[in-house]
Amino acid sequence: MKSAVLVFPGINRERDMARALKLISGKEPAMVWHAETSLPEGTDLVVVPGGFSYGDYLRCGAIAARAPIMNAVRDYASKGGLVLGVCNGFQILCESGLLPGVLMRNAGLKFICHDVHLRVERSDTPFTRGYNAGQVIRVPVAHGEGNYEADEETIKRLEGEGRVLYRYCSPDGVVDERHNINGAAQSIAGIVNDGGNVLGMMPHPENHVEDIMSCTDGRGLFAGLVQHLEKAA
Amino acid sequence: MKARVTVTLKSGILDPQGKAIEGALKSLGVDGVASVRQGKVFDIELSGSDRAKAEAALKEAADRLLANTVIENYRVELL
Repeated sequence: MKSAVLVFPGINRERDMARALKLISGKEPAMVWHAETSLPEGTDLVVVPGGFSYGDYLRCGAIAARAPIMNAVRDYASKGGLVLGVCNGFQILCESGLLPGVLMRNAGLKFICHDVHLRVERSDTPFTRGYNAGQVIRVPVAHGEGNYEADEETIKRLEGEGRVLYRYCSPDGVVDERHNINGAAQSIAGIVNDGGNVLGMMPHPENHVEDIMSCTDGRGLFAGLVQHLEKAA
Repeated sequence: MKARVTVTLKSGILDPQGKAIEGALKSLGVDGVASVRQGKVFDIELSGSDRAKAEAALKEAADRLLANTVIENYRVELL
């Protein structure tokens, strides 16, 4: 799997992401600066990592979403290329129009930084095939603006088309308001676009991939992508 | 030419920051505050003097960057 990790000023999770990608795919990812206008030839996966691009000025992800490289990412995604956005990356994908909706301030107004449980809603997508449908995984979150919102019609469409892949839940998989850490609509933690090739999620699977991290539940996401690409090849 | 673009949250969109400010005003004892919604103001200097062109440019700026029209409305004023 040849992956490309985008780097914007103010991003700070790109090395964690690169390390996880190298560990699981065996290949060093290309680091792509935001001012570039094209992606490396033969890219299998574009990753928009987490952090605070442009200091969250204007709105989270708003400035990064208009960077030159994003035109290349839009083009790549429109041809079915796989794109993964994590945390600030999710915000950037929403701002760039690659995903619907918006990430608003957490309902409790606090920055949330701890492990959460996620229910994997289906396993038949490139981003979830490393898991079973209904499986609960534990991964960290670290965000102040992760409260996913969209208009009623969009939410209905996301649900109807099975495009919510990850939801906040209790350790045994119960989705309710108590475990909806940031107040997101329908406890949404991660969604895909209508083509199913662009995933945005607030939690950080790349931070639970090695034994030293006390948990390896995040590996499945990357391992599933590797499997998907091997099968497609 | 000077202009101002005001960006506000659409009605129905939850505004936790506005709510927190509203709570603080109430705890300060400021009388008669029913509710608060927070927005943004952009003061912009434009070169040129064609008002129609300026308005079109400001509208483009708001649509493409200053506002996220999923959740926000905006108003353009030439001063």
